[in-house]
Amino acid sequence: MIYRAAIHRTFEAGGQTFAYSAASGAVVALDETSQAVLQRCATADGVDHPRWLDSAPDETRLTQREAFEELVGMGLVRSEFEPALTADPLPESAFPLQTVVLNVTNKCNLSCSYCYEFGEDRLSDATRARAPRMSEETARASLDMLFEKSGRLRDLTVTFFGGETLLNLDTIRASVDYAEQRARETGKRVSFALTTNATLLDEATIAFLVEHRFGVNISIDGAQGDHDRHRTFKSGKGSYSVVLPRIRALLAAMRGRGRPVGARVTLTRGMADIAETYRHLHDEVGFESVGFAPVTSSSERDFALPAEEMDRLLRGFTALAEEYVAAATQDRQHGFSNLHDLLGELHRGVSKAHPCGAALGLVGVSTEGQISPCHRFVESDAHVMGDVKTGIDEKLRAEFLHAGHVAQKIPCHSCFARPHCAGGCYHEAHVRYGDAGSPNLHACDWIRAWTALGLDCYARIWLANPGYLDRFEERPKLAVRSSSETQA
Amino acid sequence: MNHLRPINRKAAALARARLDQPGAARALMLVDTPYGCSTQFAPGWEVDSSGGTYGLCQPIERDLYDCYHSCYWPAQVPDSLTNFPSWTKTCGSPVQDWSQVDLVFP
Repeated sequence: MIYRAAIHRTFEAGGQTFAYSAASGAVVALDETSQAVLQRCATADGVDHPRWLDSAPDETRLTQREAFEELVGMGLVRSEFEPALTADPLPESAFPLQTVVLNVTNKCNLSCSYCYEFGEDRLSDATRARAPRMSEETARASLDMLFEKSGRLRDLTVTFFGGETLLNLDTIRASVDYAEQRARETGKRVSFALTTNATLLDEATIAFLVEHRFGVNISIDGAQGDHDRHRTFKSGKGSYSVVLPRIRALLAAMRGRGRPVGARVTLTRGMADIAETYRHLHDEVGFESVGFAPVTSSSERDFALPAEEMDRLLRGFTALAEEYVAAATQDRQHGFSNLHDLLGELHRGVSKAHPCGAALGLVGVSTEGQISPCHRFVESDAHVMGDVKTGIDEKLRAEFLHAGHVAQKIPCHSCFARPHCAGGCYHEAHVRYGDAGSPNLHACDWIRAWTALGLDCYARIWLANPGYLDRFEERPKLAVRSSSETQA
Repeated sequence: MNHLRPINRKAAALARARLDQPGAARALMLVDTPYGCSTQFAPGWEVDSSGGTYGLCQPIERDLYDCYHSCYWPAQVPDSLTNFPSWTKTCGSPVQDWSQVDLVFP
């Protein structure tokens, strides 16, 4: 039978050769024999097993066979008759819900030029008036849905999103009360998170966020000049000088008592140096983690990142990754959350059928109670899958998930970065290609380079301080959400 | 394991499962590589025995380009080697504009 190398990436670190299997997500170190066998299997002809061993000298036949079998076991080599990557039918019973994202308002007191909620790329239909605020009743119905659909899951998450989330603090407070009551009744635990532009953080709000251990993510784009370029009030005035003292007050209140506060930077054309932005937000302002994400937009917008800026972004990430590895070598935590999250996925060896939890363990709810795959879709009619009063439409949910399965994305089949990318953000694909199930082809080269960088960092940390990787045994808790999240 | 050293958690789980639970090892590798002659998007032309595309074992998009570029199969598509080297010139990105591929008349 013919065996060939399956999709994988080999790489060197510290004089050792490693391999990452796209079929399994396994990372292994190779010895000389397994390297040679893998190379032989990577030729167009592959190897005809076990006949190829006939020509091997007696003294190496056994070790070659052993290495071959180990490679097959890790998913690095496979027979030509292995079944294809297929989208298996989803189980009949519904997936348990773990998270609801409540869009408590679609209004915002800022007017950021790149906003997908209000900008040129918005999905929402401007001709249809929508309720500006989620009522407490809708929020409670959403939470009832979460608890009822959560099955045997014990730890649930309620995330508040907007618009500017804190414009509807009343509904947030009512939701927290109700969710905590439901948690007591059901013996579950519930945690809260929100994303905010920080303009409305006052003393009482901060005390509330600390008391209920909110994970807070702040949208901030760096130092004043960079932040004020896009994050402006409707008058055009930048928001930096308004948000900075409020952020400092939040960080001071959270330190030691609350959860780590993450900064979330949206990157646009003409962005500042990544490491400088990190140092400003982490060292000077005091955020514990900083995550970066390129703006979601169609390519013709003048704030969109052109290809050469994506190259610059990768160089910036590479420089910051060096700092992370140096810190990890000394067993210190570094706050570069994009890399931290990537290393966590590489460590666990995830092999995703879907790019994210949207419509699986997570759904978004609009101000009016419409259910969407995630918060990014909530203000549009695209992919609405029910209403909190009537419940999730399981047929629509299954259709969405089937279309978004990595097996449906043919270019992903031959990509080594597939296990953690799985085609990328549904919303980004929807904006770019008009199809949430499309792979984000414009990002492929970048994602592969980023994954390669992550593998390199992972192996180097493993060589220098393997104990550091123990912190990835559980899901990373560094940031509330990072990289592909929350651009409001 | 004598030749591979598991580094991440998935590799360690596979190494354990391999010894005593072959089924579990299989389950740990639920996603897989394609089984067919093409690994890329390639707009297609095949029909199944009923004249439709539902019964095909592979997506119809699988085969057209592969037949055009590299396959020996005597398919009803223009060949790139000798007769129609510029057949797909109007189609820079097959995923986006496969419908631009023109008819040819031998």
